[in-house]
Amino acid sequence: MIELTYPYTEEEVRKLKVGDTVELTGLLYTGRDAVHKYLHDGGKPPVDFTDAIIYHCGPVVVEEDGKFIVKAAGPTTSIREEPYQGDIMKQYGIRGVIGKGGMGPKTLAALKEIGGCYFHAIGGAAQVLAQRIDNVSNVYMKEELGSPEAIWEMHVVKFPVVVTMDSHGNSLHQKISDQSKENLKNLCKDDI
Amino acid sequence: MNLETLEESLLELIRVTSSTLPEDVVRAVNKQHDVEEEGSNAKYALSVIKQNVDLAKEKSAPLCQDTGTNLYFINCPQSFPQLDFIKAAESATIEATKLGYLRQNSVNSLTGKNTGNNLGKGAPCFHFHVWEQEHTEVRFMMKGGGCENVGAQYSLPHTGLDAGRDLEGVRKCILDAVIQAQGKGCGPGILGVCIGGDRGSGYINSKEQFLRKLDDTNSDETLKDLEETIMDQANQLGIGPMGFGGKTTLLGCKIDHINRVPASYFVSVSYMCWAFRRQGISLDIDNKIDQFLY
Repeated sequence: MIELTYPYTEEEVRKLKVGDTVELTGLLYTGRDAVHKYLHDGGKPPVDFTDAIIYHCGPVVVEEDGKFIVKAAGPTTSIREEPYQGDIMKQYGIRGVIGKGGMGPKTLAALKEIGGCYFHAIGGAAQVLAQRIDNVSNVYMKEELGSPEAIWEMHVVKFPVVVTMDSHGNSLHQKISDQSKENLKNLCKDDI
Repeated sequence: MNLETLEESLLELIRVTSSTLPEDVVRAVNKQHDVEEEGSNAKYALSVIKQNVDLAKEKSAPLCQDTGTNLYFINCPQSFPQLDFIKAAESATIEATKLGYLRQNSVNSLTGKNTGNNLGKGAPCFHFHVWEQEHTEVRFMMKGGGCENVGAQYSLPHTGLDAGRDLEGVRKCILDAVIQAQGKGCGPGILGVCIGGDRGSGYINSKEQFLRKLDDTNSDETLKDLEETIMDQANQLGIGPMGFGGKTTLLGCKIDHINRVPASYFVSVSYMCWAFRRQGISLDIDNKIDQFLY
């Protein structure tokens, strides 16, 4: 298990490779469909994304005694942000992304260029992941975008992820996809 | 009919379904956790899943933040008051949303507005089946969007897959659906498959397969063999939990058939994520929970 702490520097992240299990501690910003489109269209970021990680997540958050409490916070499918992700990372110095299902070639190229990583969280594990969120210090664009689409500023402790795309041009998703299709070809040659 | 008691029973059904993975699914997850190699990403994914299962049950909190489409399958005698049941289920849904067993998950498809209480046109979804028995059984399923998005329906013959109108063609369709679903839909998954029917009845039948227990045996010898073949071959694809690679691509495959018209030959595949939220209750004469069915 590799421990990584905010600020997530290029030097540290370039050491990571596909298959590494990592525990993240420190700052995370959530951001999903609406935030990516907003930034890509030239919207001004309300936070400093330098050396930060963006989490593809629409959490369930309730307010109790003036404090935000995260009730459930698993990852959402990342591929929808493929048109935007690489450009935004380069423009704002975002070091990494957390999501599920992986991303495509444009993001992979950006990770290589800037020294970034794609971290895969376990889909459906909403309780394990919410438990690792220590506190929520702020929320941005909640009024405009609604709660699930807002930028939640979270502080996590030992948030568990797996590197599935690294800064060396490797993608576990591409590899498994290619291999499984090859395996299928062989299985479809045989009769039942 | 005592609606208040029925509402309480249904609220408890929703709570348990949302927070507690059924025992047959837990057994399958545990078994596959033991099968995956020590130190692999596959084993890691399954160990996080196991932790999540324990934590959700302990906290009575949703296993997954996407509490899905809410589907009811009710077996009832002819005299059963269906409209009263719907009223009680709607009240239970509103309450379950307030209590956080359900996320605000029902969106008007025209306006994009979230109704905020999980009620709306077509939500929740009820399937009543009248049967010969005296008592009533209610089965409930919460099917998340990630896995619903990767369901697939094939019309045979299918040139691209070289799939004809026979069981070999069916096998190719099902394995293709598994390949297409990889990385999405939060595997290891469970397949419900219907051979035949029309486009609507085929998909409904495929979903009803999720009501079967994972460790049951198909009473049709041909389908039993096909289920075993799919399990064996899908788990040779190397997709693994979360698409990380590994031995566990599927936890189950359940197949049924219904008649078709001569011109049609559909294979409908529904995919269920590992967070397989389905539970059931039988009701006693006062509409209290007599027992849980899974």
